[in-house]
Amino acid sequence: MTRPNPTAVDGDPRPGAVAPASVPDPRRPGEAVFRRLATGSGIAILVILALVAAFLLWQGFPALLASPEVLAKQAYGAFGTWVLPYVFGTIWAAVLALAMAVPVSIGIALFISHYAPRRIAQPLGYVIDLLAAVPSVVFGLWGRQVLAGATQPLYEWLNTNLGWFPLFSGQVSTTGRTILTAAIVLAVMVLPIITSLCREVFLQAPRLHEEAALALGATRWEMIRMAVLPFARPGIIAAVMLGLGRALGETMAVAMVLSGGRTITFELLTPDNPNTIAATIAQNFPEAFGLKVNQLIAAGLVLFLVTLAVNMAARWIVARRAEYSGAN
Amino acid sequence: MRIIRIASALVAATAAVSLVGCASNETAAPAATQTATGATSTAALSGTLAGKGATSVKAAQEAWTAAFQTANSGVTVNYSPEGSGAGISAFTAGAVGFAFSDVALSDEQEAATFTGCAPDSKALNLPLYISPIAVIFKVEGVDSLSLDEATLAGIFAGRITNWNDPAIVATNSGVTLPDSPIAVVHRADESGTTANFTDTMHTLAPEVWTWESDKVWPADLSGETATGTSGVVDAVTNGKNIIGYADASAAKDLGHADLLVGDKPLAPTADAAAAIVDKSPVVTGRGEHDLALALDRKAAGVYPAVLVSYGIVCESYADAAQGALVKAYFGYLGSDKGQQDAAAAAGSAPLSSAMLAKVKAAVDSIT
Amino acid sequence: MSVTTRGVRSTTLTAGRLPRWAVPAIGVGSLALAYIAVDLATPGSANPGLVVALAFVLHLVGVEVSARAVEGGRQAVDRRAVNLVVGAFLLALVPLVSLLWEAINQGIARLDPQFFTYSMRNVVGAGGGAAHAIAGTLWVTGIATLISVPVGLLTAIYLAEYGRGNRTAKVITFFVDVMTGIPSIVAGLFAYSLMSLLFGPGSVFGFAGSVALAVLMIPVVVRSCEELLRLVPNELREAAYALGVPQWVTILKVVVPTAISGLVSGVILSVARVIGETAPLMIAAGFTASLNNNPLAHPMMTLPVFVYDSIAHPGVDVQPYYDRAWAGALTLIGIVMVLNLVGRLVARRFAPRTGR
Repeated sequence: MTRPNPTAVDGDPRPGAVAPASVPDPRRPGEAVFRRLATGSGIAILVILALVAAFLLWQGFPALLASPEVLAKQAYGAFGTWVLPYVFGTIWAAVLALAMAVPVSIGIALFISHYAPRRIAQPLGYVIDLLAAVPSVVFGLWGRQVLAGATQPLYEWLNTNLGWFPLFSGQVSTTGRTILTAAIVLAVMVLPIITSLCREVFLQAPRLHEEAALALGATRWEMIRMAVLPFARPGIIAAVMLGLGRALGETMAVAMVLSGGRTITFELLTPDNPNTIAATIAQNFPEAFGLKVNQLIAAGLVLFLVTLAVNMAARWIVARRAEYSGAN
Repeated sequence: MRIIRIASALVAATAAVSLVGCASNETAAPAATQTATGATSTAALSGTLAGKGATSVKAAQEAWTAAFQTANSGVTVNYSPEGSGAGISAFTAGAVGFAFSDVALSDEQEAATFTGCAPDSKALNLPLYISPIAVIFKVEGVDSLSLDEATLAGIFAGRITNWNDPAIVATNSGVTLPDSPIAVVHRADESGTTANFTDTMHTLAPEVWTWESDKVWPADLSGETATGTSGVVDAVTNGKNIIGYADASAAKDLGHADLLVGDKPLAPTADAAAAIVDKSPVVTGRGEHDLALALDRKAAGVYPAVLVSYGIVCESYADAAQGALVKAYFGYLGSDKGQQDAAAAAGSAPLSSAMLAKVKAAVDSIT
Repeated sequence: MSVTTRGVRSTTLTAGRLPRWAVPAIGVGSLALAYIAVDLATPGSANPGLVVALAFVLHLVGVEVSARAVEGGRQAVDRRAVNLVVGAFLLALVPLVSLLWEAINQGIARLDPQFFTYSMRNVVGAGGGAAHAIAGTLWVTGIATLISVPVGLLTAIYLAEYGRGNRTAKVITFFVDVMTGIPSIVAGLFAYSLMSLLFGPGSVFGFAGSVALAVLMIPVVVRSCEELLRLVPNELREAAYALGVPQWVTILKVVVPTAISGLVSGVILSVARVIGETAPLMIAAGFTASLNNNPLAHPMMTLPVFVYDSIAHPGVDVQPYYDRAWAGALTLIGIVMVLNLVGRLVARRFAPRTGR
C-alpha cells in the first residue's frame, strides 16, 4: 500500500490522486459546490481588501500629488516630512508593546495549557479572555487616569537615578502619559489575542510526543521545549501577527493615553513623544476639510504599506525555518 | 433531538434580543404639537432632522433636542458631534440639514455649491453658543493666578519656563510660586478652542505669540498634548505644576487664571464672555442675514478668550419639509428659552436680547 | 551500586529533590526580606508594587540557587520555567483586576433596570439609560458576525484544506495578514464612503457600521481558524478518505468538529475585538439619542460610542454622564462574557471526545 501523499496534486490530498482534480465528479456535486464556495470566499476577501486599498488610493492621491507649497497652505505641510514622525511612533510603540506582551502571553498560554491543574485551566482561560472584552475607550480611560498616575513616580525615579541611559533621559513627564505608558496599554490590549490563539495551539500539541518525551525522562520544561514549542511555532507567529496588527492599528486608546507630537526620539519618559498614525488620523479628522482629509487618508495608506512591509519581513523569517506544517 | 435543541435555543435567543429592542421611555403616543417659541403652526411636525458638527455644542444639543422632541414628539433630531470640519463637509454635500462650527464658514467654503439647499441659496452662519475658554492650572500651593497678556503668551510659547519667573511673580503678589518647570498642555486634535485661544494670544500679544490663529497648535512648539477637552482637563487634574486651556464649563474643579487686560483682572464668567458678542461687528460682504462675527477681543471689559459656535443653515432648502423642520428647530435655539436651557445644561453664556433679535430675523427668513 | 552516605533518603523516590515545603518557604521568606528591604530604603511608605516585584526576583533567585544545589541543573531550569510561567499569569492579572475594579466601582451606580430599558431620548442630565445603545450594538455586531464568520471560516477552510501550498492560498494568507493592520478608523471611513457611493451622501446607518466591523473581524477569524484547522491531525482526514468519504463531508464532519473549540474561541475573539471599537462606529453608524431598530436607515447608537460620548461630552453636572459611561462599559464586558460562555457550551456540545 503506498504511503498517503499529504501534499499531492493541486491541494487534493486523497491518496494516489492525479491531476486533473478540477474535473467535478457528476456523482458528487456537493464536492464541487463546497470547493467553489470556499475558493469564492477567499477571492471575496481579496476583493474587499482591494476595495479598501482602492479607497485609500482614491482619497489619498490628491495629497500625494499636490506640491509641498499647496500642502503647506491648505493642509499639514510636505507629506514626507509630515508623516515621518508618525511612522516612527507607530512602529516604536508597536515594538515596545510586543516586546512586553509576547513573552508574557506565551507564558500565560503555557500555564493554562500545561501547568495549571486541569479543573481550573478552562476557567483561568476565561478570566484572561475578560481582558479581550474590555472596549478600547475603557483602556484609554484606565490608561490616562490609573496607569499614568501609577507609573509617573517610577518614571521620576528612573529619570533621576538612571537619567544617563539614553532611553531614560530628558525632561520627565508630570502626568505619566508617555510612549512607555501607551505601549503598556497596547501590550495589555494585545495580550488576550496572543494568549487565546497560543493557548488553543498549545492544547493541540500531539499527546504522543509529549508522553514520549516524559517517558524518556525529560522534565516538564524540556518536554515543552521539545514537543510543544516547535509544533506550535507557526501558530505563535500567527498569533503575534494578529497582535501586531492590533498594536499598529489601535486608535482610541492611544489617542487618549499618549501625549503625542512630532518629536522623533527614543526617550521613553518625556511628554514629547512621536504620535501614531492611527491616533493622528482620529485626532485631526473631525476638524479636517478638503485637502487635509486627503492628507490624513494618505497617512492611512502609509500605515497600510508599513503593515505590508512588516508582514513581508515576518513571513520571510518564518519561511526560512519552515519544518513543521501541522500534525505529523 | 439535536435539531429541536438548536431550534429552542434560537427561539430563546431571539426572544431575549427582541426584549432589548424596545425602550420604555419611547412608547408614548404622539402628543399634540406645540412649538417651543409659542408661534402658531398649522400642521404637526414630523420626520427626522440630522445635524453634524462641533463637539463643543454637544451638551447643549442634548438639552435642545430633548426640549424640541418633547414639544414635537413626531420629530427625531440626531446631532453627531464629529467635529466642525466633518459637519461642514456633510452640510455642503447635502448629507445633513444643519451643521455647527466653531469657526464661521470661510469665503471659499461659502462659495461652494450646497447640495441640500435650493439652487442659488447661500448658507447662513448664526451664532448660537458662547462659551468662555479658561486658562486652567494646577500648581502646588497656588490657589489663584493672574496673568497679563505677555506673560500668558510667553508661557504657552515656551519662553517662560519656570513658575517663579519674575514675569509671573510680578502679577501675583502674595502667592508663593514654586521653583519648578512649567508643564504646558495643549490640544493634540484640531479644535475651535485652540483656534479661539491662539487668536486671543495673537491679538493681545502679537510680539510674543507670533503665530497666526489656527485650529492646530504650532508645530514647532512641543509639550504635553491631550485629546479633547476632557483630555486636557484630565491631564491638568493628574499633573503637577501644569497649565492648559479648556472650555470653562468643563473644568469647574480646577483653578481658573484671571487674565489681566489693561489693569483689570477678568475671570472667565458667562457674562464677561457674552459681552464680546455684542461688541463685535458682523463680517461684511455676506448675505443680509448672515451673522458671522469678527470677534473684537480687545474691546473694553470683555473676557477675550471666548469660543463662539455658529449654526450653519441654508437660506432656503431644496426639500420644503426639511426647511420647515430646520426653521422650527432653530427658532427654538434662537429663543430666550433655548438659550437658558443650553446655559443650564452646558454652562454656556446665553446670547443677549439684541443678538437674539437678529438671529430671529435670520431664522424667520429661512424657507 | 554504592549507597551514598546521605542516609535513608538517598534510596527513596524523593532523593535529590527539594522537600515539598521548600518552594513555599522560599516564597514567604523572599516576601519578608523584600518588605524589610523596601521599608529600610523608603521608611514609612513602602510601595506594595515594589515589594512584590522585589519578592518575585528574590524568589526566583532563591529557588534557582537551592534547586541547583539539591537537585541539579536540569531540575533548576524546570523550576525556573514554572516560576516564570506562574509569574506571567499573575502579572497579567494585575491590569485585569485594576481594570475590572475601576469599571465595577464606577459602573455599579447605574446598573439598574432603568439603564437597560430607557434610551436617552429627551433626557438631559441624570436618568435615562442605554437601551438604544445595547440594541444598536446587538444589531450592528450581529450583522457583522453574520457577514464575517461564514466568509472567514470558508476562507480558512480553503486555506487549510484545498489550497495547501498553492499560489492563491499564499496570496490570500499574505493579504489577510495585511488586513489585520487596517486602523479601525480607516475601516469606518471606508464603510462610510462605500455607502455614500451606493446610497448617496450622508448614508449613516447600522449596516454601514456592520460593514466596517466586518472588515476588522474577517482577518482575525481567518487567521485563527486557519491555524486551528491546520492542527487537526492528518490521520483523521486520511481515515475518512480511506472510508470513501468525500472531501467536503470530511471537512464538515471530521475536521471542523475536531477543531470546534478552537474555532469558536477564534470567533469569540474576533467579536470581542470589534464590539468595543469606537472610531469606525462613530463615523459609519452615527449618533442618536433615540432607539432605532432599523439597521438600514437612520443612525444607530452603539455601546462604545455611547461610552465615549458620555465621557467626552458631559454636561455641566458630569457625574450622571460618567456613571452611565462606566455602566455602559460594564454592559459591554458582560455581553462579551456571556457570548464567551455560550460559545464554550456550544463547543463542548459539538466537540468529539478527545484524550485531553
